[in-house]
Parts: sequence; structure tokens; C-alpha cells
Amino acid sequence: MLRVESVVKSFDAFKAVNEANLAIEKGEIVAVIGPNGAGKTTLFNLITGLLRPDGGKITFKGEDISKLTPYEICRKGIARSFQIVNIFPRLTVFRNVQVAVLAQKRRSHQLFQPAKNMVVKETDNLLESVGLLDKTHSTAGSLSHGDQKILEIAIALGSEPELLILDEPTAGMSPEETSTTMELINRLAQRWGLTILFCEHDMDIVFSIAKSIMVMYQGRTLIQGKPEEVRKNEIVQEAYLGVE
Amino acid sequence: MFKEIIRSKWFGFSLGLVFLLLILPFFFPRFYVYILALIYVTSLLAMSLNMVVGHGGLFQFHHGVFYGVAAYTIALMLKKTSLPLWTGFIAGPILAAIIGLVIGWFCVRLSRLYFGMLQISLGSLIWVIAFRWYSFTGGDDGIPGIPMPPILSSLKNSYYFILIIFVICLIFMYMILKSPFGSTLQAIRDNPQRCEAIGINVRRYQLIAIVMATFFAGIAGVLFVVLERSVFTELLFWTLSLEIFIMILLGGWFTFAGPILGAAMIVALRTFVGIFTEYWTLILGVVLILLILFLPEGVMGYFQEKFKLRIREAGKGDN
Repeated sequence: MLRVESVVKSFDAFKAVNEANLAIEKGEIVAVIGPNGAGKTTLFNLITGLLRPDGGKITFKGEDISKLTPYEICRKGIARSFQIVNIFPRLTVFRNVQVAVLAQKRRSHQLFQPAKNMVVKETDNLLESVGLLDKTHSTAGSLSHGDQKILEIAIALGSEPELLILDEPTAGMSPEETSTTMELINRLAQRWGLTILFCEHDMDIVFSIAKSIMVMYQGRTLIQGKPEEVRKNEIVQEAYLGVE
Repeated sequence: MFKEIIRSKWFGFSLGLVFLLLILPFFFPRFYVYILALIYVTSLLAMSLNMVVGHGGLFQFHHGVFYGVAAYTIALMLKKTSLPLWTGFIAGPILAAIIGLVIGWFCVRLSRLYFGMLQISLGSLIWVIAFRWYSFTGGDDGIPGIPMPPILSSLKNSYYFILIIFVICLIFMYMILKSPFGSTLQAIRDNPQRCEAIGINVRRYQLIAIVMATFFAGIAGVLFVVLERSVFTELLFWTLSLEIFIMILLGGWFTFAGPILGAAMIVALRTFVGIFTEYWTLILGVVLILLILFLPEGVMGYFQEKFKLRIREAGKGDN
């Protein structure tokens, strides 16, 4: 579904992403792991169009998307959440998700109809499935950090993506919040047949959920394979997992 | 959409207020009728600015230019051409929107402060043209004595004309704000990057918002000419733009009606303090400092916040 081939991105002399490769098949849950500064977020930004690659190829369903803008890529079926909470703080929880649903339904440009009664059911369904329905009228900025991260995911789901990219969905969460969030992600993937690409620091989570793991180190892809293969790989153990 | 307006909690209050404003000219002396009309014109201008500043998050620093362009357009058309009178009334807002489109097209490519700086520069070019092109615009003499159609000849009739157009514009602005477009615009204000990521062409929405705002500013410019029958280069100068920016900050830029309050306060201050001293801006400065310190969301924003808090507390009591 998604192919990233020898993608390169440098900031001045620093090669943030250097020869990254990634392959995702439909319906898979794929994790990207690697130490801080390995280039995971940069890679996600390259895929979603926030950054433009200096070299290499990114194709989605056979189509080159490396030169598209973020909103065009979203319309192709890739949605994302952000590592640092990136919501609409002054709008209510409901409107945060509604804006995304309206955009997905191509109704954002309508001028003289009240937005209040539009796509209410779709939005409520989404909020229910992530468990935020009881906070629907709260201002998004006033939610707890954990709820804001969940809202992040709900906004991304509002775009009805085929591929959902989650950049550290549990960053800053308590262990309990982390496990409920990961359960939620797993459930969503099964319910909607979503393809998910995520990165995460908690190795237990990664190895229990992901069907395929890609390891990044200093901007390079060390390996992509099944969890067992990755665990056994010597270079990975040396570079990242640590030998026990 | 109209149902939505009728159901709004402010509908009864607004209706009563409009009714009051309709009968006022029968009791008020001319001077106050004139001041009220001036407040409507200024309010419309401030409201149009707030569409892009408060609801769109754009640093529209030179909004006065579009007001001035429309005022000059109708003034020149009524004075120098023999076209039917109404064409001037239409051409003003349209030309303002076209200039808005051109200036906006460049500005939306930049972000935040750079947007504002470029707009001040491009807007100032228009001011220079009006100021220097003496044979066409009258330079700093302006254009006095603009003929008006007979129906608008008396102050009372102008007052009603301005009030009606003002109310119609408010209804349209309210509808736009509450529409999906308005929602999306507010989302862009809060977080443009995230909007891109959910499939919204941010620049295009910002540009459309600017064109609409400049169109409404153009209507305000036309109404100004209806009231004053003259135009002068101050209408295009950046200090006016600053003044309307202060109005929306004063009234409350995240509220719908805040700019009306801000405009009324500034016009009243200028008129009544201006009688005693030409340094009325000194008072304005003090008001601004107090505003920044105590009411960062403006007067209307402050009361709205209070109001919401009371509702929330009342709700808690029920549980």
C-alpha cells in the first residue's frame, strides 16, 4: 500500500533521514522504532507532506505522493496524529472532530447553512468509539493531556483514512493511559480494517501489537521484518534494544 | 439558516434593539442621529476586519485600505461619471474585494507578522496613489460634495439606509460564521498546520475569507460616503487601520458582536472627549493599557466568559 524507497532528507548538513525504506501492506499494523533523533518523526513528516524529500520515492497505492501538499495527501487517504498535541484548542471537542469530518465530506466550503446540524451522527460515532462522547461540549484546550492525545486520534479518524499514521500516540501518558490507548488503537484497527503506521518507545507494546517492525538508526533503516526477526537481529540488538 | 438565527438566544434582544434604533431618530437631535449612523458604519468596518482577525487568525493590519478604496470608488463614480447612481454603490464593494483578492493573494503566502507587514506595504501603495494623483483623486483635499440620490438626501433617510444595510450585513456575517466555512476558518485560526493535515487547503480558505471581509469593508466604505458626502486620504491611511484593529481588541475579538461595542466606544470617545481636547488619543492609550492588563479578550469576551462560568456553575448545582 505504502512504499518508501531510499528517501533522503537533510537539514543543512545534517542528514535527518538517510536511505529510509518502508513497506506497508493493506490491513497491517506497522511500527517504526529507534532511539530519539533516529528520524522517525521526520520520516512521518515526509510521508504526510509536511516536508519534501530531497531524494528517493514515496508511493501510496502505486501513486507518487512525494511532491503533494499535506491536504492533497490527506485526501488520498492518509491521516495522521502528531507527537506533540496538535488540536484546535479554542473549539469544543465536538467541533474539533466535526471540522475533520466536514473536510472529508467536502462540505467545508458551504456558506449559508448552519454547521451545527451537519455530520452530527458521524462525529458522535467517532467520539463514542474513542470514548470522548461525554466531553463533547468541553473546550478542547481544557482537556487532560491524555484526553487531548485521544482527541488527536479522533481528529485523524475524522478524515476516514485508509492509512492512519500515529506519531507516538502515548507520549506523556501514564502507564494505565498508555495501555488503554493501545487497546483502543488495536480495536479501531480491527473494527475499521485500518492500516496503521505508528512509532512508540515502549517495546512491550510495539512487540505485542505490530505485525511488522521497522528499525531506524541515525536516519537509516536497519531492518524491517516480523517482530521475531527484529528481536533476533544482531545489529538491532547492538544499536538499540541492548543485549541482555 | 434563518431558523437558526431566530432560535439564537440573542434574537429577541437584537430584534428589540433594532426596533429601538429604528424609532430613535424621532426623538434624538440630529447630531446624535449622525453619531449613531457613524457608529453603524464603523461597526460594520470593524466586524468585517474581525472576520479575518478574530475568526480567521490573520494579521490583517491594513484593512482600512479596502474601506477607503470603496469610498473613493463610489465618490469618483458619482462625481466624475454619468453612469446610473446605483452602479457606484455596487462597484465600491466589488472593487474593494478585487483589491482584497490581489493583496491577499500575495499575503497568504506569508505567515503571521510577515503577512501583516506585507499588507501594510501594499496598502500604503494605494494610499500613495490617492495622495499623489492630484488631478484624479484630489490629493489631500479629498473629494467634497458628492451628489447623492434624492432619496438619501436627508440625514434621517441616510440613517435608515445605513441601519438597514448594516443589519443585513450582520445577518450574512452571522450565517457565514456559523456555517461549515466559518467553523473551518476558526479551526484554521486555532491550528493551520493541523487543518492542512485533515485535508483543508488553508491558503484558499484564508484568501476567500479575505475577499469576503474586504467586500464587507467596501460596503462600509460606501455607507461612509452616504453619511459624509466626502472622501479624504485619511480613509486609506494606516492609522485608521490601527484604530479599527484596536476596536476589535477592545470589544472582544473572539466574539461575534464585540467589534460593535469596540467601535461604539472608540467613536464615542473620539466625539465626546474630542470636544474637550484634541489629545483624545491619550485617553485611548490609557484605555488600551488597561485593556491589555485586565481584559485581554476584550469587553465582550470578558462578559461572555463570566456568563459561561455562571452557566457552568449553575449546571454543577443541579447534579
